[in-house]
Amino acid sequence: MLETVTLEHVPTSHSVHVAVFRNVTNAEFLQSQLLSRNADFEYAFIDASTVISRFHLLSAVYKAITVELSGSMKTPNVHSEIISEAYRRYGIQPSTKDVVVVKVLISRDDAPSTATSEDVAKHLETHVQGDPAPFSDDELARLTDWSKLRKYHKLNGVNYVEGIKDEQTKKRELELLVVSAMSLRGL
Amino acid sequence: MTAAATTTAPQPIPAPVPDPSPPEPSIHDFPLPSALLHPSSEPPTLITQGAEGRVYRTTWVDAGRECALKHRPAKPYRHPVLDARLTRHRILSEARILQKCRREGVAVPALYGVDEAAGLLALEWIPGAPVRVCVNGWIARRKERRRRLADGAVGDESKAQEGQDNSEPAVVAEVTADEEGADVLMDLLRRMGEAVGRLHKSGVVHGDLTTSNLMLRPWEKGKAPSNGHAETEQAAEESLDGEIVIIDFGLASQGTADEDRAVDLYVLERAFGSTHPKAEGLFPVVLDGYRGTFKGAPVVLKKLEDVRMRGRKRSMLG
Repeated sequence: MLETVTLEHVPTSHSVHVAVFRNVTNAEFLQSQLLSRNADFEYAFIDASTVISRFHLLSAVYKAITVELSGSMKTPNVHSEIISEAYRRYGIQPSTKDVVVVKVLISRDDAPSTATSEDVAKHLETHVQGDPAPFSDDELARLTDWSKLRKYHKLNGVNYVEGIKDEQTKKRELELLVVSAMSLRGL
Repeated sequence: MTAAATTTAPQPIPAPVPDPSPPEPSIHDFPLPSALLHPSSEPPTLITQGAEGRVYRTTWVDAGRECALKHRPAKPYRHPVLDARLTRHRILSEARILQKCRREGVAVPALYGVDEAAGLLALEWIPGAPVRVCVNGWIARRKERRRRLADGAVGDESKAQEGQDNSEPAVVAEVTADEEGADVLMDLLRRMGEAVGRLHKSGVVHGDLTTSNLMLRPWEKGKAPSNGHAETEQAAEESLDGEIVIIDFGLASQGTADEDRAVDLYVLERAFGSTHPKAEGLFPVVLDGYRGTFKGAPVVLKKLEDVRMRGRKRSMLG
């Protein structure tokens, strides 16, 4: 269920691979691998309840890649950069049920990578105990915890959104507000 | 970055092909932003070029999502540290103002990404045409209609009147509020005023309001009022129906001073008069639309009278 995603304006040296797992039973183990900086577990494990859509997640991935390319990362690697508040808010928690996993494979002339998406898929299959699910907007929407997101992004005072009757339009407005807020975070 | 300043250029110019060995940068040289040197499904196109930078139309994150990418390149003639600081400040200011507007429900482009170090701002692509194009299109169609009518009348009546064509003044006459078909134009002007009013209400002053910086976007699903249903770009442009979206916040600032708000209206009034001289007499409809949008609007309109008396710049005397 690992999907290789082509992002716009990303050099061919970088490839992005995403998988979704539901009903994950070993979130605590996965988090501990991250915290101990186990190089074999260099992934962005994200709590799916904090993800709105493909665009939301991939915006974060794109930003992390541009930061990595410019050589101005504030965290150890591109994966932790994806979620600037990784290990805390968006990162996996022991209690996390559903997980979105992102792997960015980077192959440079001076540091060629031999890893393939098959290797990544196999490794995840072995170590993530959960049900593979599609990386689709529908699936992600089902897993989103809006009360959490509204709190993180201070969206509760945004009255005009509440006035939008069409549910789809309302969700889209909220998605764009979150993406905007994310792009301004830390600046 | 005044997209407004360019009155022509509806046709996007293809972006320059990245040169593998770029020449030394000069004042007149705008290199492509580094982000656009990487592969994308469609090549970026250059939309406008102003003194401060360029706007490209390109894709963002996924191939199906269009964006307007604003680039403020480094200025080689400016001290690098100062330049970086100024660019960063302007990019961030524009980004924060856009986000503030969106949180307040003012129709402006959504913010997709900010790279203040690279001088880049990625914004939601707004479909539709600038109000400038829509109003000029309406006036051109009116003229065409009147010319046809006049030609027909001449043909029907006597050939004798040809030459001293007295129908010509009607063809080029100024638009009046009570003429046939002016209702859609008046409605558009009212919505313009309301859009500016909502912007001011949210605590933002635009700084460069023109009919080029107001887009007429086809109604999005779920947002159209019961009487509006132009949901395609062409329908919106021809019927003047659609949602007004304010763009280009490069000169915008946060504030609620009546003076600044009045200057905003004054700049729009002057720009409107010179861009659409035939419709200049209808500008008060914009102000009517503005009047009802927030409590302080009448005070701003009063202030506008003062600003008109002295012009945009505040007097240094007294």
